[in-house]
Amino acid sequence: MMTTINTDLLTADGTLNIDRIREDFPILHQEVNGKPLVYFDNAATTQKPIQVVEALTAYYLNDNANIHRGIHTLAERATAAFEATRDTVKTFINAKEREEVIFTRGTTEGINLVASTWGLANLKAGDEIVVSAMEHHSNMVPWHMLAQRTNAIVKILPMNDAGELLTEAFDTIITSKTKILACVHVSNTLGSINPVKQLIAKAHAVGAVALIDGAQAVSHLDIDVQDLDADFYAFSAHKLYGPTGVGVLYGKRAILEAMPPYQGGGEMISEVSYESCTYNELPYKFEAGTPNIADVVALKAAIDYVNSIGKAPIRAYEHELLDYAVSKLKDIEGIRLIGTAKEKVSVQSFVFSDLHHQDLGIILDKEGIAIRTGHHCTQPLMGRLGVTGTSRTSFAFYNTKEEVDQFIAAIYKAIKLFR
Amino acid sequence: MATINEIQDQIIEDFGLFDEWDDKYAYIIDLGKKLPGIDPKYKVEENIIKGCQSLVWMVSTYKDGKVYFEGESDAIIVKGLVALLLKVLSGQPAEDVAKSDMYFIHKIGMEQHLSMTRSNGLASMVKQMKMHALAYQSKTV
Repeated sequence: MMTTINTDLLTADGTLNIDRIREDFPILHQEVNGKPLVYFDNAATTQKPIQVVEALTAYYLNDNANIHRGIHTLAERATAAFEATRDTVKTFINAKEREEVIFTRGTTEGINLVASTWGLANLKAGDEIVVSAMEHHSNMVPWHMLAQRTNAIVKILPMNDAGELLTEAFDTIITSKTKILACVHVSNTLGSINPVKQLIAKAHAVGAVALIDGAQAVSHLDIDVQDLDADFYAFSAHKLYGPTGVGVLYGKRAILEAMPPYQGGGEMISEVSYESCTYNELPYKFEAGTPNIADVVALKAAIDYVNSIGKAPIRAYEHELLDYAVSKLKDIEGIRLIGTAKEKVSVQSFVFSDLHHQDLGIILDKEGIAIRTGHHCTQPLMGRLGVTGTSRTSFAFYNTKEEVDQFIAAIYKAIKLFR
Repeated sequence: MATINEIQDQIIEDFGLFDEWDDKYAYIIDLGKKLPGIDPKYKVEENIIKGCQSLVWMVSTYKDGKVYFEGESDAIIVKGLVALLLKVLSGQPAEDVAKSDMYFIHKIGMEQHLSMTRSNGLASMVKQMKMHALAYQSKTV
């Protein structure tokens, strides 16, 4: 497989060459309802650069074959491309070994895998599972399901009104009863960056393991699973400019080795007889069936693309957009900004006292602007904040201040229509 | 009283006067604002048509073969759409409601609100209203 090196995505002074970057995202160059599309729903899914689409197409046009078993040339090429992504992911999150990178369908499947295998093998009645007050349903429901099956108890790490976890409560919630801590790295609704390194250390100090939901973190933050000392780290490709239907579950080798397999089938076995079977080694033990080869292959192109810009310049630019948007939003009469943590990514939720989020979303769509409205799959958090839903804008590196202006103007237009 | 289709045709004609989407939505917003709310005692779980985005309450009564609807939403555009549905279906014979075809939704350009992504879209409201009508019908047979 060819690796596309993108050399001109940064300007000479190391900042983003936005016009050049936007050329790589053809989807952005369209009109919606007669207005230029403004895509501010990046926390739901990011758009894909042409390099990702080309990798997907090239795979199907040139290399498609089933992997790991065939001895013919195409099978070898497909296997090499698939396994090359594993190496890229290993470096991307700084895993110690490539076998610790397991391909899944997405973050949700990664968390469910851990809950169903590690969870069922290790939890008993009265044990405690700790999650935070700002979990996505994906990192809440699997633990509720596990608790129902084992009679374990789910405990919640509280937060303040700004959307910051209360560090002073860590020691009262994370105790010797805790068996697993499952916490979101970056909140999808609030944008808060949680002190996961500190939380993981707390979990380890009481003998618990720690799983981090990195779905919203990977596109913004540098991820170093060894530095974090995470036992599990799950994320999705589609929030990282890659294809849908692919995700990664990182797990420490020793823990993965001790875990029972998740699904049974091809690929994950070593020997099968009519009576029994032995399981394949890592990572294949957790990759039953023919995987989503093409999308895994294309994930490499997405990571290469992000790497060719660099997370630090991406963060700096996204923060500039966030600060600019917040400076305009906070002046709008009747607005309440939701999620004002000191440490956050380029996500901003807000509500109006007299304008329903659905009404706003409909009018913004008419103005060509895509934002997310609703509970963002964080219903417990909505309850904590005392709202039924919010409007959420989330920026990616291909967005611009001009788009923020269009967004702000559309909000004023909506307000005029409703008041 | 005008039939379901006569009312639909009138609504289509009214909406024909609007050139811009802003005017169309301003009208729906106005309908939403003017729609009297339902009695809070009916705002209970069993009357909710739940969705991701907003809440819709729908209740009905039956008198002399006719179904009378009341509805409300916490979002204004949806409330306006509820007002349109009430205008068309409330006070109509149960039989007519049950077999009605809500073609005006497409004709006035509101088909995006039939959206599959929202379970409280117009489609599920219409379905709910028809189920009420069917239930009354079966009771009288």
